[in-house]
Formats: sequence, structure tokens, C-alpha cells
Amino acid sequence: MTMTLTPVLSRIWDQPQSWTLPVYERNEGYQGLRAALQKAPGDVTQMVKDSELRGRGGAGFATGMKWGFIPQGGDKPVYLVVNADESEPGTCKDIPLMMANPHELLEGIVIASYAIRASHAFISVRGEVVHVLRRLQAAVAEAYEAGYAGKDILGSGFDLEIIVHAGAGAYICGEETALLDSLEGRRGQPRLRPPFPAIAGLYASPTVINNVESIASVPSILRHGADWFRAMGTDARDDVADKDKPRFRSKGMTLFSLSGHVNRPGQYEAPMGITLRELLDLSGGVRTGHQLKFWTPGGSSTPILTAEHLDVPMSYEGIVGAGSMLGTKALQIFDETTCVVRAVLRWTEFYAHESCGKCTPCREGTFWLVQILRRLEQGQGDTEDFEKLEDICDTILGRSFCALGDGATSPITSSLEYFKDEYLAHFEHGGCPFDPAAATLFQPSAAQGAGGRTR
Amino acid sequence: MSQHTSRPTGFDSATLTRLQADAAEIVARYPQARSALLPLLHLVQSEEGYVSPHGIEFCADLLDLTAAEVAGVVTFYTQYKRRPNGEYTVGVCTNTLCAIMGGDQIFATLKDHLGVGHDETTDDGTITLEHLECNAACDYAPVVMVNWEFFDNQTPESATALVDGLRSGDLPTPTRGASLCTFKQVSRVLAGFYDGRADEGPAAGPATLAGLEIYREQQEAEREGRHSVRKSPTTEKDGDA
Ligand SMILES: Cc1cc2nc3c(=O)[nH]c(=O)nc-3n(C[C@H](O)[C@H](O)[C@H](O)COP(=O)(O)O)c2cc1C
Ligand code: SF4
Ligand code: FES
Repeated sequence: MTMTLTPVLSRIWDQPQSWTLPVYERNEGYQGLRAALQKAPGDVTQMVKDSELRGRGGAGFATGMKWGFIPQGGDKPVYLVVNADESEPGTCKDIPLMMANPHELLEGIVIASYAIRASHAFISVRGEVVHVLRRLQAAVAEAYEAGYAGKDILGSGFDLEIIVHAGAGAYICGEETALLDSLEGRRGQPRLRPPFPAIAGLYASPTVINNVESIASVPSILRHGADWFRAMGTDARDDVADKDKPRFRSKGMTLFSLSGHVNRPGQYEAPMGITLRELLDLSGGVRTGHQLKFWTPGGSSTPILTAEHLDVPMSYEGIVGAGSMLGTKALQIFDETTCVVRAVLRWTEFYAHESCGKCTPCREGTFWLVQILRRLEQGQGDTEDFEKLEDICDTILGRSFCALGDGATSPITSSLEYFKDEYLAHFEHGGCPFDPAAATLFQPSAAQGAGGRTR
Repeated sequence: MSQHTSRPTGFDSATLTRLQADAAEIVARYPQARSALLPLLHLVQSEEGYVSPHGIEFCADLLDLTAAEVAGVVTFYTQYKRRPNGEYTVGVCTNTLCAIMGGDQIFATLKDHLGVGHDETTDDGTITLEHLECNAACDYAPVVMVNWEFFDNQTPESATALVDGLRSGDLPTPTRGASLCTFKQVSRVLAGFYDGRADEGPAAGPATLAGLEIYREQQEAEREGRHSVRKSPTTEKDGDA
């Protein structure tokens, strides 16, 4: 596997005024759209299928296939909804992408809408990032002005309205059907499926819901071709699992977000399949003087991994082979100063707080998980509590109405697998044996990454 | 859009006329009127600094909903305030990663310093303190948001200076974003009314550019004919188990 970085989405982020249309246009901006409009809509979808782009919002569903599910020729309008709710703990790629270059997303939106013949596209942004909202509002106005949106786009006869919509704070609204309810002006609660959004989504019309990064990856595919995109990433045989499913490979470049106890946190755009070891080597490694203890491959809903997984290819299949999920590629790195029980308790409190309350296993289960974990963290638990935790997780997993419930169990079951001793240490110590100050960024001896990066 | 403007809403008639014009613009954006509810609630919040009972009535009338239906939506979302909010919402991320990187200490320090707890407002009405869930800035942990603008890589000391600045009117500058405006002004942007300030602030902070910068260094090295300058610095030594 190569150790190169491949900035495509991030290629102009360091240019002055990178968020404006003139800068984007000087850097191949809207050339993918021009190429798309030369093709029949179905051929654009086919090209995205051929690229093997898979959804970057967490589940990794094939993007072109999703577009292909939209029934064509019916009398209902078709909608595109861009999921810009980014709130899975650890995930921090879509917000900086939209801040630095909203036009990459807008170009992708117009191309995708053309391919599925959508009349309206909605960008549903979480409400807690006001400057990103401004950049989107300004970019949409520029795009209309330049003829990339609105009526008769670039003389093609294709019309599209783009609406920027701010949410109001609720993690569950990132779940795609809850997002639709929220966009319809309701409490954001997941819907029963079927019917799937491709058949009955927004306003009961055919709807594609895609993540920001998925849509922003489309212009480069149109510019450079499906083969170019597919040349990056892994083949099924490189990976641990799914050897007999050659269709499901992990292709293209993607944003890996490194955070926590590392010398140089940030966004790293690299081919699918890079390992954490390679990424740490490139970026200056774990906080100097400390060791990797545990990490999440794709946000808090993906089971934690440890230092024994440093060489696992970070592809959909590779990470599944290691017992977790690639998720959003949100690599939260924790070193040996971190108490795993404290980390897991805090995530569990998050899930309990964000549970929408629609189904019993999740609503009740997350509440009880918090009670037990609090006891354990304070050193007042006993070994029977492990069984209780596992029982409750069993009840939630696969029995809850949406994937929030499943995600809530991930940190617990995976930490019990790797760090049971640490839970036990809390009993013996009569509380948490860690000094929380040692884990902070401003801990004096953390020495601000001194010498961590070799130039 | 329906026009049951006869019902008393608590807004004086000039305000009502202005809000109705804004509301009509919001409703017109959407294929179906009900989709306007979330932005409309941001709009009434921009008027009063929270969603008041007559703000709820206003939205209900406009969309032909009952006040109870609207209230059900208001309570679901954390950004809608049920009590008058301070001029600045100071939110400290205390989700796991930020908490461990120091967010817990920052929140505790601010609580002490301001003498208020979560979702409480200082007596002078300047600051509402909150703890936040992950705000998609983990590569800048620990993170504090002021009126939904980023203050990256904070410490208890920097956060204390930050709130002191807010209270003295000496407004601090966000790390990434536009210069601060009030809670009401921000709510108006959330309602979809662009305030013309997209060009303020940088494109990105250092963490956003970390990968790109390393890539540029590699390109540079290649151009100069140097090969594979980057040797594994730390993972083999420290990063490995
Ligand atoms: C609780 C929950 C939260 C989610 N949050 C997000 C989110 O913030 N952004 C996102 O793109 N997808 C999120 N998803 C995944 C979406 O449901 C959906 O799979 C995704 O937007 C599809 O886009 P993609 O195919 O382009 O990946 C979430 C899922 C769940 C269950
Ligand atoms: S699993 Fe949780 S978040 Fe999902 S529908 Fe059930 S209660 Fe709501
Ligand atoms: S955990 Fe604080 S911003 Fe993500």
C-alpha cells in the first residue's frame, strides 16, 4: 500500500478566498458539471456506478446504485437531500469542507440532481455552525448568478432549485429518515422502512439522501473519469473480509479525520485502505512520549480498536474484518493517559441524551446503561454489572428502530472486550485510577508536541 | 399560507408586518409550507431572543398548525430556547474527545467563574452557558462555541479571558468564522437571511490544512530530487503497543 496523500477535495483549501466562485473556477470548478451535461442523465449515474464510489456518511452504500433506485418518468417530483448534519462524535470532515470550498459540494449537487432528474436539492446543515451556513448561502447565490443553478442551467434546459436549510440541534436528525421529517417541519424521528426514501422520501416523493463528502466527490469523477477514481483504494483481495464479493471494494480518495492525542490532528485526504500506522507516520504520530491506547475508526458508533489494529487497512472491508466499521473515518486517538471507562460513560450519556424516544429498547436501554456505567466509574459496581451491561446491549442491538441504538452499544461491548481489567481496576481503586489532567491538551508535560514532527 | 392575523400574537403591528414579510419569504423557499417551520422558529427567536408563547402562535397561525403541534417541535430541538437567552451563548464541547482533551476542566472553570450552570444565564444577561455535544471540530479539541462560531484549542485560561471579553464588550475574534454578532442576529442567519459576511475569517484553520501541507512538502521534496525524506517518526517508537 502506498503512503501518499491524495488531496482532491482538499486541493484548494489553502488558497486565499478558496470559498469563492472565481477561485473555484480557476481550479477546474464546474468542469465536471459541463462534462455531465454532455451526457444523458442515465450515463452520469452509470459513471458514478463504475467509479465504485460508496457513501461517505457512514454506511458505505454504493452511491451510483442508490441513484439508480429512483424511479424515472413518474408524475412525482424527485428530490436530492444532502445530509450536512455532521454530528457523529469524532466526525469533523464535512463542516471544514463546506467552510473552505462549498462550491465543490454545489457542483456535485447539480450533477447528482441532473442524473436523478431532481427538481429541488436541499442542503440540510446542522444549525450549530453559522459561518458554514453563510459560506453556503453566499455560494448558492454565486452559483445562481453564474447560471450553475436555477433555470436552464448552462443552456441545457435543466432546472434546479437549491435550498440551504439550517437544522436546530438534534443528533438524530442525521439519520436519513429523521432528517426528512425534520425537513418537513416535524420532530426529527426515524421512519419505518419500507417504503424507502427512493420511493417515498421527502413529501412522499422519490428522494436520494447523500452525505456531503459523497456528493462533493462526484465532480472529480466527472472531471477525471471513473477509472481514475477506481485506481485509488483497495481491491477486495487486499482486505481481510468479503473476498468473494469483488463488487464491494473500497475505492477512491477520502478524508480521514485525525483527532485527540496526536501531534498533528487534522484532515488527511488519502486513498481508501491506508493504515492508521501509515497515517500516523505521515502526520507525526501519537502525542510525543505517549502510546496509542485505543481509537475509533469512524466515530463513536463504531467499536473501538487498539494498537493491535495499527496495520489494518482502513477500507470498509478491512475494518469490518477487525470487528469494527469504517463509519465516517473519524479517527479519535486516545493515549494511555485516558480512562476508557470515563470515555465510554461519556459516549453513553450522549446516546441517552440524543435517543429520540421512539422505541423502548433504545430509550430505556440507554438510560440504564448510563446508570450502570456511572456506578462502575465511581468504583461502586461489581462483576454482575458486566452481565447487565451485556444483556442490555443485547436487547438494544438489532432490536432498536434505527441505528442510533446499535451505535450506543458499540463503545460498551468493544471496551469490555479489550479493557475489562480497567473496569475491574475501578472496583479495586474505589474509583477512577486516572488523573484527568494528564490527558488534557494543556497538560504542561504534553510539551505541545515538541519534536513530535520530523520534518 | 393562511392569514389568520386577527388572533392576538403579542407582537406590535409594525413588528408583525415585518415578521410576516420575512415569513412569507421563508415559506416561499419550500415546495410545501410546513418545511418552513424550523426557519420560522429561528426567525421568531431572532426577534425575541427565545421562542415565546406568542412566537409559537405566530408560527402556528402562519402554517395552519395548532400551538401544541408547534410546541412539540420546539421542545425537540436544543437550539430553540424556552426562556430569554443571553446575548452570547457560550457552549463548551464536553463530548468524549473534547472532554478528555480538557473540555471538562474548561466547563468547570467557566461555571465557577460565571456563577451559572448548564443552560443558565448570567445576571447581566450577557452569557448563557451550555455544554455541547460534538460540534464537528474534534481536530481542534477542546472546542468552545460562541453564538455558533468556533473558538478552537481552548484552555481554562483562554476561555476565562473569552467570557471576560464578552462581558466587557471587548469582543474576542473567533478562530474560524466571522466577527461575533448577537444571539438574535445569528438566529436570523439560521432563519436563512444571509448577512453578507461570508468573506470574513479564514478558509480553514491549521488542522484542516494539516494533510494538504504535508502533501505540499512532499511535492517540494520530490521536485528538489530528494527522496523519501519522511521516515516513520513516532509510531514505531511510541505509537506501538
Ligand atoms: C443516528 C444517526 C446519525 C447519522 N448522522 C449522519 C450525519 O450527520 N451525516 C450523514 O451524512 N449521515 C449520517 N447518518 C447516516 C445517514 O442515515 C445516511 O446513511 C447517509 O446520510 C447516507 O449518505 P451516503 O450514502 O452518501 O453515505 C446517520 C445515521 C444515524 C443512524
Ligand atoms: S433507536 Fe433510539 S433514536 Fe432510533 S428510533 Fe429508537 S429511540 Fe429513536
Ligand atoms: S468532540 Fe468536541 S468537537 Fe467533536
